[in-house]
Amino acid sequence: MTSDEVYPGSEPARWVYLDRIRTRPGPFTNPDVFDGSAVAKAMESMKVLVIGAGGLGCEILKNLALSGFKDIHVIDMDTIDISNLNRQFLFRQADVGKFKAEVAAAFVEKRVKGVKITPHNCKIQNFDEDFYMQFQLVVCGLDSIEARRWINATLVNMVDEDVEDSYKPLIDGGTEGFKGQARVILPTVTSCIECQLDMHAPRAAVPLCTLASIPRQPEHCIEWAHVIAWDKEKPFPTLDKDDPEHITWLYQKALARAREFNIPGVTYSLTQGVVKNIIPAIAATNSVIAAACCNEALKIASNCAPFLGFPDDNYMMYSGNDSIYTYTFKHERKDDCPVCGQQARPLPNVDPAWTLRELLDSLAERPEAQLKKPSVRAEGKTLYMQSPPGLEAQTRPNLDKTLTELGLVDGQEIAVTDPAFATVTFKFRLRFK
Amino acid sequence: MTEIVMSQTPPILHGPSEKERKYDRQLRLWAASGQSALESANILLVNSGSGVVGVETLKNLVLPGIGRFAIYDEACVNEADLGVNFFLDDSCLGKSRSQSLTELLLELNPEVQGTWYPNESVEALESVLASSPVFTVVMYTHPISPKQLSLLEAYGQEHKTPLVAIHSAGFYSYFQINLPGAFPIVDTHPDETATTDLRLLSPWPELVAFSEGLTKDIDNLDDFEHGHLPYVMILLHYLERWKATHDGKYPATYKDKTEFRRMVQSAARTNNPEGGEENFDEAAAAVLRTLVYPSLPSGLKEVFEYQHTDPVEQRSGFWIIADAVKKFYDKHQCLPLPGKVPDMKAQSKVYIQLQSIYKAKARKDAAEILETVRSMPGGQNIDPAEVELFCKNAAFVKLINATGGKISRADRLRAVADQEFSSDQTAELTLSPLSLLPIYLALQPTAHMTGLYSSSPDANAAANAISADEILRGVAELVPGAEQNERVIQAAREVARAGGGELHNIAALTGGMVAQEMIKIITKQYVPIDNTCVFDGVASRCQVLRL
Ligand SMILES: [Zn+2]
Repeated sequence: MTSDEVYPGSEPARWVYLDRIRTRPGPFTNPDVFDGSAVAKAMESMKVLVIGAGGLGCEILKNLALSGFKDIHVIDMDTIDISNLNRQFLFRQADVGKFKAEVAAAFVEKRVKGVKITPHNCKIQNFDEDFYMQFQLVVCGLDSIEARRWINATLVNMVDEDVEDSYKPLIDGGTEGFKGQARVILPTVTSCIECQLDMHAPRAAVPLCTLASIPRQPEHCIEWAHVIAWDKEKPFPTLDKDDPEHITWLYQKALARAREFNIPGVTYSLTQGVVKNIIPAIAATNSVIAAACCNEALKIASNCAPFLGFPDDNYMMYSGNDSIYTYTFKHERKDDCPVCGQQARPLPNVDPAWTLRELLDSLAERPEAQLKKPSVRAEGKTLYMQSPPGLEAQTRPNLDKTLTELGLVDGQEIAVTDPAFATVTFKFRLRFK
Repeated sequence: MTEIVMSQTPPILHGPSEKERKYDRQLRLWAASGQSALESANILLVNSGSGVVGVETLKNLVLPGIGRFAIYDEACVNEADLGVNFFLDDSCLGKSRSQSLTELLLELNPEVQGTWYPNESVEALESVLASSPVFTVVMYTHPISPKQLSLLEAYGQEHKTPLVAIHSAGFYSYFQINLPGAFPIVDTHPDETATTDLRLLSPWPELVAFSEGLTKDIDNLDDFEHGHLPYVMILLHYLERWKATHDGKYPATYKDKTEFRRMVQSAARTNNPEGGEENFDEAAAAVLRTLVYPSLPSGLKEVFEYQHTDPVEQRSGFWIIADAVKKFYDKHQCLPLPGKVPDMKAQSKVYIQLQSIYKAKARKDAAEILETVRSMPGGQNIDPAEVELFCKNAAFVKLINATGGKISRADRLRAVADQEFSSDQTAELTLSPLSLLPIYLALQPTAHMTGLYSSSPDANAAANAISADEILRGVAELVPGAEQNERVIQAAREVARAGGGELHNIAALTGGMVAQEMIKIITKQYVPIDNTCVFDGVASRCQVLRL
């Protein structure tokens, strides 16, 4: 094959720019895996799953449709909110309240002829492995670390060494303000999202005693209203963070407390930001990160150029705050990754004098664990179970015993499960301080 | 101790407005001031080629609510456009591309205004420039004809309008920002952690008095009081003790500081249920970070040393304030105090008092600078808020495009090429990524080939076939010798592969980066690039070069 031969897609005039690249080898194309004549057809029959139809998801759907993919599914349980309209460009004022996945799919199908987009207005956890098995590629544009960990664990678990089709590349994007990242995970081959968990450390929680008695910052007053005053006064049966009336109640409580302590700076906007943990988001950054993800999808699907994940780099960090800076590197797989590794992950700085409750609380906050509802076993013995209620009641007394009293020793391996990641058992090795 | 009176505005009982709700996620980045700058902006896009990257940029500006935009594009929509441009559909075939793009972009945000050219009344680019209100920024995409380019450059010079050149082809792209002069930024949004400036080695009388009041009897404080001393007070107290045994000198060397840190650590009480004190932990952790003498940051140094060539520029608010801050610095050997106190373990009342002491000093410094500003020619009309903002951010003020115009563009490109190619030779040893200049060089020879993008599916059609050899001949004219560089040869082959066409992903990615930069320039917040950003979609990374 000569390098200037273009193998056209189904509508050669329409896809000419794309075909020049995806059907002709370039200087970096690996000739052993590239077959230009087969690319267009192969991509047409590929099924791609997009998770999230928000800021990144809208961009991802557009980009995949204009990259030659024809059969795309999209999952999102959310409905459209007015605050989405500054970046989620497939939605209009009149769409507020409708399902994101449905509106986004219909829009892109209508705009780009010949692409089929199937929406699923539900949670990713509603589907089982059979569902995920039908796709050749998964692209994620999520704002929740929990959902990422769930799909990551699911895809890693699905790998069957004897079935080539069981390896589903996962391409994941995330943004915050002017910053973001794009990464490619080849399950069991490259480092996975769980291996990289410490790159997404949760914000340190404010100690309860600060909230209760010595607030200093406006955020402390807001958290007090959110955590303490709400529970005490129960102004509405359940807190709906999207209900302006509820936010207004918290705002006024926080403001009154701030006045009592002479603390300036409590505003409605800050209240909403703290309570909902709002991450600033703009169209421009979503555009960068979603396109970086879809560029990898095109390269993986066609082999027309080397992609992230093989052989070295698998992660691109992007920052646009101060000039523009990207750092593209290889994040190494971890042998002690609870999802894709074989060994237990060390849990350092554990105090044998802690109660089991303190140990469990620390699991929620530690960047390497981030497990909010953990159940724990050690050497086959159940120490604490979150459910069913009968077992919870039986194991509850253990919560107030110290680790020493429970017979746990330095170097002990514990097995932790969490309802958010039903398929995974996290193994940790206690390291006493 | 002075009584601190806080003024607080009464609570606003109504929630945010419809517009505040729509723009909530971005107002958290650039606030109302940035938003109003965006809404006053008027952008021109001169579009060409396969025509995507500029449109993707506009999408990212229309969504956050840019005031108005205009598109100048001579092309009519063809089949190939529909495979790469999202803001066109089948019904647009054969119509004016600028009109179709404008209409579909306007759907994104009813608050934005847009116009297209050429239209029945205004046809030539020249007339567009002559008849429109002044543009805030002009962007153009390559390939562009030399004639149109010189029109835009003349316009940029005449109106002091920033020009943004964008070129996207296949896996490659770059964009270049040409600012009309030195471009200072005050509101640079540095990382929170970088902004702590406590002046522990040069405390002022009010701070010393407050600290002494709290710590004079430190060993006899009850456990609660002792465990809630703000770490600022702890450090100030033990610094005095240290000086008493070190000839009145502060810990200066790294060794001194680690020794001082041990002194602080060992002063913590451990005979309590927690077995230690959090505030002393915080104090120890802050030693290396906060025990530093004030110094002049490089960004501000550049501002202080800047040689003006334009008398109009020199009389702008920024430069008058900068002059006043320099006078302040020369007199006091430190910058005005920013006045922010990080959160630390402390009782509410004590922390708020400490905060007010820092704020009062910051206000005093700002007042001194304002007085200097007022005494300078042109300083009478400067908004005190501008002075205050400068004082708060003084350490992070940045000057973009500071050294313009001394050497020609062509010479600078050769100098940068020399430097990049020689550092590439040691890149493996220094573990640094290879230069992306080869991509920029390989794109240059096609920058004005307006016939190149022809969308004929026949790859060998003369119009879209530019060979790698032709590209390398063009590179040789720009940087003699570069055409033999292996990576330039590879880049030339990759550019030839694209035949002038865009990949949607690369156009969208580049459009995102350009939009970020436009927002920074229009809002004068965050730090724009200086001045060229090259993106490599094969390796998924970018590099900023000053060309
Ligand atoms: Zn892993």
